[in-house]
Amino acid sequence: METAKEKAHTRGESRMNRFWKHVKNQKLLYAMSLPFVAWVFVFNYLPVWGWTMAFQNFRPGLSFLEQEWVGLEHFITLFQDERFYMVLRNTLAMSFLGLLFGFTIPIIFAVLLNEVRHSMFKRITQTVTYLPHFVSWVVVAGIVTKMLSTDGGIINDLLMGLGIIDSPYQFMAQEKWFWGIVTISDIWKEMGWNAIIFLAAIAGLDPQLYEAAKVDGAGRFRQIWHITLPGIRPTILVVLILNIGHLIQIGFEKQMLLSNPLVVDYAEVLDLYALNYGIGLGQFSYGTAIGIFNSVVSIILLFLANGIFKRYSNQSVM
Amino acid sequence: MTKRIMIHRLTFRDRLFEFINYSFLTCVIIVTLYPFLNVLAISLNDSTDTIRGGIYLWPREFTLNNYLEIVKYDNLVTGFVNSVLRTVIGTVLGVFIQAMVAFTLSRRDFKGRGFVSTAIVLTMYFSGGLIPGYMLIRDLGLINSFWVYILPGLVSAFNIIIIRSFMDSLPFSLQESAKMDGANDFTIFYRIMLPLCKPVLATIALFVAVGQWNQWFDTYLYNSMNANLTTLQYELMKILDNTTMGGGQDANLMRPNDQQQANMVSPESIKMAITMVTVIPIILVYPFVQRYFIQGMTLGAVKQ
Repeated sequence: METAKEKAHTRGESRMNRFWKHVKNQKLLYAMSLPFVAWVFVFNYLPVWGWTMAFQNFRPGLSFLEQEWVGLEHFITLFQDERFYMVLRNTLAMSFLGLLFGFTIPIIFAVLLNEVRHSMFKRITQTVTYLPHFVSWVVVAGIVTKMLSTDGGIINDLLMGLGIIDSPYQFMAQEKWFWGIVTISDIWKEMGWNAIIFLAAIAGLDPQLYEAAKVDGAGRFRQIWHITLPGIRPTILVVLILNIGHLIQIGFEKQMLLSNPLVVDYAEVLDLYALNYGIGLGQFSYGTAIGIFNSVVSIILLFLANGIFKRYSNQSVM
Repeated sequence: MTKRIMIHRLTFRDRLFEFINYSFLTCVIIVTLYPFLNVLAISLNDSTDTIRGGIYLWPREFTLNNYLEIVKYDNLVTGFVNSVLRTVIGTVLGVFIQAMVAFTLSRRDFKGRGFVSTAIVLTMYFSGGLIPGYMLIRDLGLINSFWVYILPGLVSAFNIIIIRSFMDSLPFSLQESAKMDGANDFTIFYRIMLPLCKPVLATIALFVAVGQWNQWFDTYLYNSMNANLTTLQYELMKILDNTTMGGGQDANLMRPNDQQQANMVSPESIKMAITMVTVIPIILVYPFVQRYFIQGMTLGAVKQ
């Protein structure tokens, strides 16, 4: 009895010893990684703790225990705010337009680019269309404003030259144009870049399929329709799911930089709304509640999209 | 006979397709390039002459004065220096740390691998959001500090995954033979893995550098009260003045001094010259790194 106990004891001890020996052997590997786990803990995990602010009347300077807890009050205020529904409409409208065009146009672009036989022309097109991706939104917003401006903007000059309009049109001052301007700017900036993944997928298709189709007398359109598009279907689906997951997290940079007081009712999105209340007006708790709403909706959308994807393809992207 | 007609018809349709396709792609190239060329032409045109309008692809009264004029804006010079500093420091530190963490994750014998990997990968799926993030930076005392540009994004899960998958594709025997020669894990990383990973590190360095160079929002949010910490993109944003920030909370976040400067109208040509200054560094490095990033992009996309 005793010996068995002793044995177990020594076995446990030796296991401990072995563990420490391993740690000691790999101490450099731990030293090279654990500090950065602490790092992400501070910069990525700690802010999640800040979500508690949404359930308090948070006042800076007080300790956590001294804060006044108010339950769901901020969420109730949020859902009663008329502006919230306007902001939600803007967010959904722009993200939906972004999904519809920002997702399909790169696919079409990649397919068309793949049909180009001159490798030089193909390379130039790629080089040129990737460039805007590397330029900041500050610059892109400046460029868009310049192109649409009423004095010397190319769009107005063209439209007037063609006799479509008589006097310059103030695109940037029209509420009804704002969503379109944001969507088109985004396509201009990211179309080439977003096409890379589809181009890579097309490059991975078996050339024999095209040979066989040609022998059967299939033209370019039929080859695209029956070989290229079905071939890159898995890639298209994965990108689609990821886009749906980010549907309402569309960011706020472009809206912030392209908007002006005249169109603000169509430009304000959830993140900007949170920013204006949370930091601009110092209502930290309310701002956090808006942020939580945003995150929760994205997570639900991601799971929904992933669930549908799983049902149809027995695969998962998460 | 019928066969011949069919082939002829097909080639005609193919030619038509080819013609439409090339025309369309040429249009895409023009639409993408024209704005840059237009900005360049205006920036090289005399600023009073620009007001007359009609500058498209070529300056009417060529001058370099607009570029010389920029140097007189104190904030722009400070902003340029800070942007260069944050790009260099942020990229060197970021890439080194991300490569180091990726190295530990690529080591199958590393006992802590599962824990480290989970802790880092999870950060890709959630974020605390704008306000809690802002409060954290405030509590850490990083407001009005240069380090707010560097520290928060230093450990990027996405970049680590890309570097790691590249390291996974290298043969482990290289590391083993170095170990036989008595090299420790850090030496193996520094002397063997880093040089071998040059292609993927170039891609990541490009991503990090472009992100740093183009960032303006952190300056706006955290450092707009301190003119010594301003960045080029932020100054450009103020000068272009194509924004009043959604809800008009500028007044709360900007110094009175800033507002004055933002309201001061700069001539069109000067605005365009400043735009060119922020774009030129990217255009200069772009051709050298282009061959790397497509590789990196597809690798990342597959792993996503």
